[in-house]
Amino acid sequence: MTIFNTPIPATIGEFISLNTPDGGEVASLLSTTFWMIFGIAIIFGIYLLFSAGSWLIHKLFMDGRDKAKGYTSLKTVTFGDESAVVANRFASVASVIAVFFFWALATGSSLLGPIQLPAPFQGETSFEYTAVNAAGESDTATVNLLVHAFDAKPNMAAAEAKASGFAQNGALKIRERRTALLSSKKIGAKETEGFQVTHVNGEAITAGGTVDFGNGEVLLTPKGSLQVRPYGGMTMEALYLPSPEGVWKSFVQLNKEGYTNVGLWENVFWSLIRVVLGFALGCLFGIPLGFAMGLSNWFRGWFDPIVEFMRPVPPLALIPLIIIWFGIGEQGKISLLFLAALWIMTIAARAGVSGVNISKVHAAYSLGATKRQLLMKVILPNSLPEIFTGARVAMGVCWGTVVAAELVAAEKGAGKMIIAASKFQLTDIVIIGIIIIGIIGFAIEVLMRKIENRLIPWKGRG
Amino acid sequence: MSGLIIDNVSMTFELPNGGKVEALKNINLDIKEGELMSVLGPSGCGKSTLLNILAGFLAPTEGVMTLSGEPITAPSSERGMVFQHGALFEWMNVAKNIGFGPKMKGTPQAEIDAKVEELLDIVGLQDFAEKMIYEMSGGMQQRVALARCLANEPDVILMDEPLGALDALTREKMQSLVLDIWKKTGKTIILITHSVEEALLLGERLIVMAPRPGRIHKEYRLPFAELGVGADLREVKRHDEFGPTRDEILNMIWNMEEEIMGRAE
Ligand SMILES: Nc1ncnc2c1ncn2[C@@H]1O[C@H](COP(=O)(O)OP(=O)(O)OP(=O)(O)O)[C@@H](O)[C@H]1O
Ligand SMILES: [Mg+2]
Repeated sequence: MTIFNTPIPATIGEFISLNTPDGGEVASLLSTTFWMIFGIAIIFGIYLLFSAGSWLIHKLFMDGRDKAKGYTSLKTVTFGDESAVVANRFASVASVIAVFFFWALATGSSLLGPIQLPAPFQGETSFEYTAVNAAGESDTATVNLLVHAFDAKPNMAAAEAKASGFAQNGALKIRERRTALLSSKKIGAKETEGFQVTHVNGEAITAGGTVDFGNGEVLLTPKGSLQVRPYGGMTMEALYLPSPEGVWKSFVQLNKEGYTNVGLWENVFWSLIRVVLGFALGCLFGIPLGFAMGLSNWFRGWFDPIVEFMRPVPPLALIPLIIIWFGIGEQGKISLLFLAALWIMTIAARAGVSGVNISKVHAAYSLGATKRQLLMKVILPNSLPEIFTGARVAMGVCWGTVVAAELVAAEKGAGKMIIAASKFQLTDIVIIGIIIIGIIGFAIEVLMRKIENRLIPWKGRG
Repeated sequence: MSGLIIDNVSMTFELPNGGKVEALKNINLDIKEGELMSVLGPSGCGKSTLLNILAGFLAPTEGVMTLSGEPITAPSSERGMVFQHGALFEWMNVAKNIGFGPKMKGTPQAEIDAKVEELLDIVGLQDFAEKMIYEMSGGMQQRVALARCLANEPDVILMDEPLGALDALTREKMQSLVLDIWKKTGKTIILITHSVEEALLLGERLIVMAPRPGRIHKEYRLPFAELGVGADLREVKRHDEFGPTRDEILNMIWNMEEEIMGRAE
C-alpha cells in the first residue's frame, strides 16, 4: 500500500535520484550568482568613486573644521579604537545627496538642470526607403514618424499619397522607448508583386539587418516588414523608476486624495496600530512566560520545546497558515504579529532573569525580601535592559511582518497600498510606500532607544 | 546561648564528572555574640562556602549551624551579608538601596528615612542620598553595601572579601569604619579576607583555614582589633606582636600554597 503519491524509494540510489536537484539548474544558478558579483562590484565601485570624490572635496574645503572635540580629539590611537570612530556628518549628507543624484540622473529629472543623460528621442522624424518589385524596378518613398510620450495620444496626419511609383509613403506613431512595426502590406506589398525593401536612407538592408536613420534604427524583419525603434536614451522609464519630483508630486496628491479611497496616513495608521496591538499582546504574554521559564523548572521544561522550536521559524512562514485559519481579517494579522513578538519577548525576559547577578538575589533574601518582593523589586527591574533589547528587536520584526502580511492579505495598510499599486504599475506609489515604511521603521527604533535611555539609565553600567 | 554555633559541618560538592570536592570537613566553631572574627586561608579552602552556609544560601552535606539555638536553613534578615561586588541594586538610588531591608518589612517611610539618614552619616555619605549606584566609586559602593546591611539590624554580619577591590587608602578607612561599627553596635561580625594584615586588624579571633579538605588549621586570639577602635591603624601595625604574627601566618599560608602546587604537579 502506498500512502503517498510518489512511492517510497526502495533503494538509496532511487532516493538520491528523486531528491537531487537538476544539475543544469544548479549550474545556471551558480553562474548567475557568479556574474552578480561583477554587477554588484560595479555598482558599489561607482558609488565608492563618488564617495572618493566627496572625500576629496571635503579634504580640500572642510579639513579640520569638523575635527573631533573634547576627549576623543586627544586620543592618539584611533585606528582600531571603535569608540573613537564617529560618523562623519559631511559624508552622511553627501551620501544621501549622492543617492538622490543618481536617482535623478537615471530618471532624467529636471532637478539636475543641464546635467542630463541622453534622453529618449521624442517628436517628428522620418526616413526614406527604397523597394524593388518583381520586375526589378525600384522606387523610393518616405515614412513619417511621430514619437510621443508614453501616455500621450496625439493625432497624426495620414501619409500623403504619392503621384507615381509602387512604393507608398507611410506614417507611424510610436511611444517613446518602444518599437513599432510598419507592415510591408501598408507600404505596397499588397499591390505589388515581389515587393521587397532593399535600402533605408540609401543604405542597403537585408532581412535581420538594421540601418540607423539618425533618430533611431530600422530593422528589416524576415517577412519583409520594417520594425522601427526610435533612439531610447539612457534614462529609465517612469514605469520602472519615476523621477524624484514625480514621486514628490504623487506624494502630494496621495496625501490629498489617498489611493483606492484610503488615505495615505490611514494606511500607515492601520499598519501601525496592528504592530502596536500585536506587540502589546506579545509582551503581555511573552514577558510572564519568560519569567516563568526563568524561575521554575517545570515551566522551563514545559515551554522549552515550543519556544526553541518556534524561535527559528520566521513569522513570514506562518502567513499561509494564518490565512488558512483566520482568513484575511484583522484577527489573523494580529495573531501573526503576536506570534512574531511572543517568542522574542519570552526569550528576552528569560535571559533577563538568568542574567541577574546571584549576589543580588542572595542580598535581597538576606535583607528579608519575600519571593514576591524579590520578583517585583529585583528580578523585574534587573531584567528591564534585556526586555528592552528584546522589545526593540520585536518591534522591528513586527513592522517587517505586518508589511509582508499586508502584501498577502489586507484591506488597508502600507503593505496593501504598495501591492495594490504595483498591480497597476503605479511605481511612484510603490516607492512612496517603501520610503514611508523605511522612515517609520527607523522612527520606531529611535523612539525605543529614547524610551530606553529614559527608563533604564543604569543599562550597561552595572 | 545566643551565639553562632557551627557543629561538625562538612560540605562535599559532587562534580558533574563524578568527582568530589571536600570543600569543608568537620568544621567546629563557637562564635560568641559580639565577636569579631576574621577568616584567612589560601584560595579554594572553603571560606566562601562556609559563609554561604552561614548565610543560609547552601545546606551543608553534614552537620548543623545554629544561631541562638535555631538551626540555619534559609537566608534570613538576622544574618546580613556584604558581598565583594555587584550586589547593590543599580535601579535604585543610594537612599533606596540602604532602606531596602526595612522597606521589605513594611517599616513606615518616615522611620526608614530617619534610619537611612543616620546610616549615611555613619558611613560618611551624607551628600549622596540621591545619587545612583553607577555614579559612585567602588569604595563608596562598599560603604553603601555596609550601610544597607546595617539598616536591617542583623544579629550577625557576614562579609566575603568586602574590601578586596579597594585601593590601600580607601581600604584603611573602611577598616576603621568596620571597627567603629563593631564597637558601636556590638554585632557579631565574620569577615573573610585575603589580606593577612586586614585579618589581624579586624579579628579579635582569627581563623586560618587549610584546603583539601577545607578545615580549620589554626586559631588566634588577637588584641589588635580592640586597640584599633578609634585609633590610627598604622599605629596598631607598629605593635610589637603585629609583625611576628603576620610573618608567622604568611609563612603558614605560603607553605600551604606550596603544598597545593606540589600536589597539583
Ligand atoms: N558550586 C560548586 N560546585 C563545585 N565545587 C565548588 C562549588 N563551589 C565551590 N566549590 C569548590 O569548593 C572549594 C572551596 O570553594 P570556595 O569558593 O569556598 O573557596 P574560597 O576559600 O572562598 O576561595 P577564594 O579565596 O578563592 O574565594 C573549591 O575547591 C571549589 O572548587
Ligand atoms: Mg571566596
